[in-house]
Amino acid sequence: MSDTPIDRVARATPPAVAKRIRGLSDRAIAWLFVAPSIILLLAVNIFPLIWTVRLSFTNFRVNRPNAEVEFIGLQNYRRILTDGDIWLTMQATAHFLIWTIVLQVLIGFSLAYLINKKFRGNDMWTTIIVLPMMLSPAVVGNFWTFLYQPQIGLFNYAVGFLTGADPSSFSMIGSVNLAPWAIIIVDTWMWTPFVMLICLAGLRSIPDSIYEAAECDRASKWRQFWTITIPMVLPFLMLAILFRGIENFKMFDLVVQLTGGGPGSITELTSINLKREAFEKWRTGYASAYAVILFVTVFGLASIYVKALNKVKQR
Amino acid sequence: MKSRLLNSVVAVGALVGAGAVGATSAQADELTLCWAAWDPANALVELSKDFEAKSGHKMKFEFVPWPNFADRMLNELNSGGKLCDLMIGDSQWIGGAAENGQYIKLNDFFDKEGIKMSDFIPATVTGYSEWPKNTPNYWALPAFGDVVGWTYRKDWFSRPELQAEFKTKYGRDLAVPKTFAELKDIAEFFQGRDIDGTKVYGAAIYSERGSEGITMGAMDVLYSYGFQYDNPAKPYELEGFVNSADSVAGLEFYKALYDCCTPPGSSDAYMSENIDAYKSGQVALQMNFAFIWPGIHADAKVGGDKSGYFPNPAGPGGKQFAQLGGQGISVVSASEKQAAALEYIKWFAQPDIQAKWWSLGGYSALRAVVEDPGFATSQPYAQTFLDSMAIVKDFWAEPSYASLLQASQKRFHDYVVAGQGTAKEALDGLVKDWTDVFEDEGKY
Repeated sequence: MSDTPIDRVARATPPAVAKRIRGLSDRAIAWLFVAPSIILLLAVNIFPLIWTVRLSFTNFRVNRPNAEVEFIGLQNYRRILTDGDIWLTMQATAHFLIWTIVLQVLIGFSLAYLINKKFRGNDMWTTIIVLPMMLSPAVVGNFWTFLYQPQIGLFNYAVGFLTGADPSSFSMIGSVNLAPWAIIIVDTWMWTPFVMLICLAGLRSIPDSIYEAAECDRASKWRQFWTITIPMVLPFLMLAILFRGIENFKMFDLVVQLTGGGPGSITELTSINLKREAFEKWRTGYASAYAVILFVTVFGLASIYVKALNKVKQR
Repeated sequence: MKSRLLNSVVAVGALVGAGAVGATSAQADELTLCWAAWDPANALVELSKDFEAKSGHKMKFEFVPWPNFADRMLNELNSGGKLCDLMIGDSQWIGGAAENGQYIKLNDFFDKEGIKMSDFIPATVTGYSEWPKNTPNYWALPAFGDVVGWTYRKDWFSRPELQAEFKTKYGRDLAVPKTFAELKDIAEFFQGRDIDGTKVYGAAIYSERGSEGITMGAMDVLYSYGFQYDNPAKPYELEGFVNSADSVAGLEFYKALYDCCTPPGSSDAYMSENIDAYKSGQVALQMNFAFIWPGIHADAKVGGDKSGYFPNPAGPGGKQFAQLGGQGISVVSASEKQAAALEYIKWFAQPDIQAKWWSLGGYSALRAVVEDPGFATSQPYAQTFLDSMAIVKDFWAEPSYASLLQASQKRFHDYVVAGQGTAKEALDGLVKDWTDVFEDEGKY
C-alpha cells in the first residue's frame, strides 16, 4: 500500500466530504477554484465596462439623480470626435507620449549598457539610478514644482549658471513653450530607471559565448552591437515601450501636481480632460463615451503592438 | 432579608441609572461638519466647543484643502454619502444642492426657531441661502461672509523717498488706489524694485487653473468694467453682455496686470500662493479673500501697521463691484442626525455666538454683529470688509455651475496666462460654452 501525501490527505478527508468531492469532475473542481477570481473580475472590471458603454449612449449626469435619463444614441461620440479642444488634448498626449518614450528608451538603454559593464561601485550606482522610480508621483510632482520655481528653484539656477540667463527670467511650468517639456523632463527623470532595468535584464540574458564567437569571426565591437546586442535586447526594449506607453497614456498625477494642465490647456492630457468632464462637470454619459473611445484606442494600439512584439520574439 | 432588600434596591437603582445614561447617550450624537481646510475652519473648531458643552453632542470635522474641496464634497453629496451631517458648502453649490435634494430646506425650521433672514447681511442671504435667487427659499444659514479685497504694504507706501518718486512719475500721491488704472500704476511702480536689498514685485493676483482661481480673479475686475452675466431683461441671453466691449476691456486689463506686475512663476496662483508671496515680502499688493486679513494682521513680518486693506477699486466707468466669497451652513439630506444638525444651526445663529465667531476670526454675516457701532473699528480690516460686502456680485449658482466654471477657467487661463488669442475671442468662446451648457439644461 502506497503512502504518498495525497493518499494521507485522502485518508484524512471525512467520508461525507470525500463522497461529495468524488461526485465532482476534475473540470468542476477546477471551476470551483477559479470561480471566485472570475466573479471578482466580472464585478470590478467587466460589469463596469459594460455599464460604461451603456451610459455612453445616454445623457446621464450623476449629480442629477432626479433628472430623466434619455437614450441619445451616438450623440456623445459625435460631440467628442468633433470637439477641437479634445483633439488638442490628444495632441498634447501624443507629444508627451512620444517624447517621453524616445528619451527614456535612449537614456535608459545607454545607462543599462554602461551599468552592464563591470566596474567598481556598479551596484551602488544601480541603486542610486533606480531611486526616482521608487518615489510617489505626487511627491515627485511637488518637489519638481519647487525645483522649477523661477526665483528659488535649483533647476532654474542650474540653467542660469550654465547659460548665463537670469534664473527668474523664465518659468518652466508657466510658459506655453516650456511647460510641455517640463513634464517630459520630470517623467523621464522618474521612469528612465524602469526602462534601464528592463534593458539590463535583456543585456544580461545574452550569453557571452555569442560575443566570443563573434570575436573569433573578427567582428568589430560596432558590428557586435548592431548584430547581436540590439536584436537580442529588442524584445525587452519593446516590452519597456509597451509598459511606458500604456502608463503615460493615462498619465494624471504627476502632471496635475506640476502644471494642473496649464498654462491654459497646453499640458491638459486626455486623462486630465476626462477627469474634468466626469468629476468636475459631472457629464457622466459624455465622459463614459470619452472613456470608451480612449479604451478602444489604447486596446487597439496595444493589440497591434503586442502582435509585433511576438513576431520580434519569434525571429 | 434587610441585606437582600438593600441589594435589590441597589440593583434596581443601578438598572435605572444605566437606563438613564443609555437614554442620554442615545440622544447625544456625533456630528460631522464638512468645510474647507483654512484658518476660519480652525476658528470654528474652537467656537464649536461651546456647542459641545451646551448640547452634549460631539463635533467631528472634515476639512479638505481648497483645491480639492469642491471635488471631494460634491462627490460626497452626489453619491448620497453620510460622511457630512453639516456642510459649509460654496455659494455656487446652492442651486444644484437644492434642486437635487442634497440639502434640506430650512424655511420651516427658521420659522419655528424665530431665525429671520432679515437679520443677516442681504448679499449673504442671496448669495449663500436662496435658491432660486431672490426668492424666500432658504437652504443654508449664512455662516461666513467673504469677499475679494486687497492687502497692501502700508510701510512701503509711507516711505518718503518712494512717495516722492511716485509723485514725480505719476503726479499724485502714493496712496490706496481708487480705480483699477491707479492700482496698475502702483503695481508697475513696485515691479522689480529693490526694497531693503530684496527685489520685489507689484501684485499677487489669482491665476490658478485647476479649480476656480482665475475666474474669481478675472471676474473681480470684470464686474467693475461692466461685465454682466446675462441680459437683465431676458435671463440666459449672454451675447452682448458676457462679451460686451466693457467686458473685453476688463479682461484685457486683467491680462495686462498679470503680464506687467506679478512675481515670476505666478502662472497657477490662488489663495495660499498669494498669501505666501505677500508674507514673504515679495509683493506690494495682494488680491485675496477677506478671510486672510486676520492672519496677515497677526503676522510677525508683515502684520500690524505694516499692512493696510482696501476694497476693490472702481472700473473706468466708476462702477465698483467685488467677487463674493463665503459660504452658508446647510444640513445634508442624507444625514441620519438631522435633528442634532439643526440644533447646531440654531446655536450658531445666536447673536452672542456670532459675536464670538467674529472675535475668533470668523466673518459673521449677522447684521447685529457687523452693524454694531464698535464693529468698524474693532479690527483694522473691519471697515474694508463692510465696504466690500456692500459691493458684491457672485458667479452663477445654477445647478450646472461646475460646467460653467470649468469653461471660464479654460477660456480665461488660455488668454491671460497662456496668451492664446484675444480677449474678445476668449469671451466669445465663453458665450458659446455657456450657451451650450444652458441649451443642455433646457433654458432656451
